Amino acid sequence: MNVPILRMLDITKDFSGVRALDGVSLEVARGEVHAICGENGAGKSTLMKVLSGVYGHGTYGGVIEFEAEEASFRSINDSEAKGIVIIHQELALSPYLSIAENIFLGNERARNGVVDWNKTNLEASALLARVGLRESPATRVLELGVGKQQLVEIAKALSKRVKLLILDEPTAALNDEDSEHLLNLLEHLREQGVTSIIISHKLKEIRRIADRVTIIRDGKSIETIDMHGPDATESRIIRSMVGRELTSMFPPRKPEIGEEIFRVENWSVYHPVDHTRRVVDGASFHVRAGEIVGFAGLMGAGRTELAMSIFGRLYGRNISGTVYKHGKPIDVHTVEAAIANGLAYATEDRKRYGLNLIGNITVNVSAAALSKLARWGVIDRHREYKVAESYRERMNIKAPGVDAITGKLSGGNQQKVVLSKWIFSGPDILILDEPTRGIDVGAKYEIYGIINELAAQGKAVIVISSELPELLGLSDRIYAISEGRITGEVPREEADQEVLMHYMTAGKD
Amino acid sequence: MSTDTTLKPTPKAPPRKSPINLRQYGLLAALVIIVALFQFLTNGRLLMPGNVNNLIQQNAYVLILAIGMVIVIIAGHIDLSVGSVVAMVGAVTAIAMNNWGLPWWAAVILGLLLGAVVGAWQGFWIAFVEIPAFIVTLAGMLLFRGLTLVLLTGGTISGLPAPFTAIGAGWLPPVFGEVAQRDSLTLLIGIVASAALVLQLIRTRKTLQRLDLPREPVSSFGIKAAGAVIGIMALAWLLAGYNGTPIILIILAVLILVYTFVLNRTVFGRHIYAMGGNLFAAEMSGVKTKWVNFLIFVNIGVLSGLAGVVSTARAGGAVASAGQNYELDAIAAVFIGGAAVQGGIGTIIGAVIGGLVMGVLNMGLSILSVDAAWQMAIKGLVLLLAVAFDIFNKRRSGGR
Repeated sequence: MNVPILRMLDITKDFSGVRALDGVSLEVARGEVHAICGENGAGKSTLMKVLSGVYGHGTYGGVIEFEAEEASFRSINDSEAKGIVIIHQELALSPYLSIAENIFLGNERARNGVVDWNKTNLEASALLARVGLRESPATRVLELGVGKQQLVEIAKALSKRVKLLILDEPTAALNDEDSEHLLNLLEHLREQGVTSIIISHKLKEIRRIADRVTIIRDGKSIETIDMHGPDATESRIIRSMVGRELTSMFPPRKPEIGEEIFRVENWSVYHPVDHTRRVVDGASFHVRAGEIVGFAGLMGAGRTELAMSIFGRLYGRNISGTVYKHGKPIDVHTVEAAIANGLAYATEDRKRYGLNLIGNITVNVSAAALSKLARWGVIDRHREYKVAESYRERMNIKAPGVDAITGKLSGGNQQKVVLSKWIFSGPDILILDEPTRGIDVGAKYEIYGIINELAAQGKAVIVISSELPELLGLSDRIYAISEGRITGEVPREEADQEVLMHYMTAGKD
Repeated sequence: MSTDTTLKPTPKAPPRKSPINLRQYGLLAALVIIVALFQFLTNGRLLMPGNVNNLIQQNAYVLILAIGMVIVIIAGHIDLSVGSVVAMVGAVTAIAMNNWGLPWWAAVILGLLLGAVVGAWQGFWIAFVEIPAFIVTLAGMLLFRGLTLVLLTGGTISGLPAPFTAIGAGWLPPVFGEVAQRDSLTLLIGIVASAALVLQLIRTRKTLQRLDLPREPVSSFGIKAAGAVIGIMALAWLLAGYNGTPIILIILAVLILVYTFVLNRTVFGRHIYAMGGNLFAAEMSGVKTKWVNFLIFVNIGVLSGLAGVVSTARAGGAVASAGQNYELDAIAAVFIGGAAVQGGIGTIIGAVIGGLVMGVLNMGLSILSVDAAWQMAIKGLVLLLAVAFDIFNKRRSGGR
């Protein structure tokens, strides 16, 4: 190999005191497909944002060399001018504009501010042929599926004379057929001399397409493996991804597990917009009284979709399957029915879905169980106050009082308000989706204590988490999900990060 | 997180002073200042008994509509159709009495029912078909205005029965005679209302004390109570010196009390605030958001019906052009009253005070014989400034 197209040396990046990247180095050879692999939150996306200038020169430490020249990008425009194009997970196309208009958006084929439509459509057609998309350039983007939209994004990148194409989890939202097409296209572009970086969780994909893979863990680059070499196995990559000690502390707990309370059988859910995508595929699982069951899965595996489709059909369409409580089928068609049947779901996005941020602690705590506090539709506000106050004390919510506005609390305290709300609703089954996301260590420990206490009261607790150490520290049993299917069930004694990661990256056969 | 360290993690918080609600008091202060200003500019004519009486009777419709509108706006919607509904209900009640020979009370009930039906119609499209309220009520504005024109092809209907017009333009009979040449019933009502208010204030304060909740300092509490009593008694004194208590004032007082209770104390009211604050969170907490939306629009339909009855009664007849721009007056009152454009925030009393600010402006400018065109321009500026002040306040306090 000759001079690498890209060298990133000893990159560090801090976010208000938290080190997200800690001396990452990456070398990408000209004309290769280079994969970047790592757990959720390992720092992959941050690294790509540094590279593309989203975090401009001067906000990070270390050196970037592109085409043997030191680069100091201050914005995406700078990096694109040099031929680096990043395609994000959330596609950034304007749905009501045509394919051709999108391809040349901000880069219009125009003379004196007047668009030259012939040139636009002609060049767009040529680009579409290159990415293998058989659509008219005049088609509006909203008529395309996600897979085809991704191809439009790539065509757009090609129109900018891309030298280094970065794809952030390009197949996460695609069905099998579209993924296959995309991988073929990447191989094709490689033949044409385009270098690409692909961020992916899917090991099968990486093995198929990548020439080399760099593994990032906890903000550090661990190693770069040559995928054409002899030791390029999936288990080698997995070991590299998870080889970490359990650093978080967990409060002690003695599980007392009773009868089965909750059972879901053969649960399938389709994507609300893309009807061909099965987001959850025949999932079956159960939880016993006093048991904490973890759900492990990488981003986009379908964990949240599974939970939200069960809790009052908040997600998806064409939902099928049965939910049992104490062996009897129960109605969970609406949120009220689910709550009435003893379910509670604390969302992963508490600011968007979990809290009334302009309301105070009291109204948030009582929100899911107002009927308990009311008589003839009139709220007993003194009792409501006492309830909120008791939760503030019990959960140690740090606020001047229960009349404090929740939007002004810290993440950990907001999460305690969400948990208070659901505990007050008196559930038998609690589904906690990423209960410690964006929360500092001290508050995490407290929330683990609350989860343990709920289990000790004989409730069935489901914890969905991206952090494997958290699941291993909390759970009595862990289900692994991959591409909408439950791919593994591991009891606590047999669980470790490698075993889970195997199941979590298991693709379809 | 760093913000935590500044807050005390107290299991038992010491009694604290509640931060004074600047917006609410600021609004009241603005009303007092505007009244004082016009009192000065008009050489004391603004607060002459007859004018105070007219202020109430002329603005009753805005206040009634503002009560319905603030609920709609808290929930994150808007209703542009209320003016047309006022006109249509006015037309139907007038026709019912003059052409169909219905007694006045049956016509009133019919008017309220018609309002409810209109509200259910619009609520259906908004809540269950999920068409934005802006569109549905814009359509309603045209639809009901059109129907009113159809109903009143024969022209204006006048000559309505006296008991009916009394709703908008009548007074309680002087059953207790006069004291010092003033209606004693009105004075008695003033005394009873003052006493009830003071008792209620004291009760609330005691409860707060018992629960160790934040409460305002004694001094400001005293000033507040004294101010309220003086205000009520001054109003009673002025009205007693004219024709006594307008019937519509009693209706308004009942509406204010009932709807304040509904919004503050009932599950339904709480659901409205929850939906305005975060619709997703409300839905995920099990609030039947569709039904709440539906009922909100049925409610404003009924209140629009009442406003239709009141304004027809006040005018003494039904005309096709009745209720023009009423929706804009009501919306302006609500926003001057401190409701948030994004929903989730607003109070009945705020909307009522907002409506009074508009009313005093109207009356003051009219007494000064300011041109109607300029009156409109001034009202527009006041609305803009009130909301700008609100947004400025929020930014300063670090909210969004």
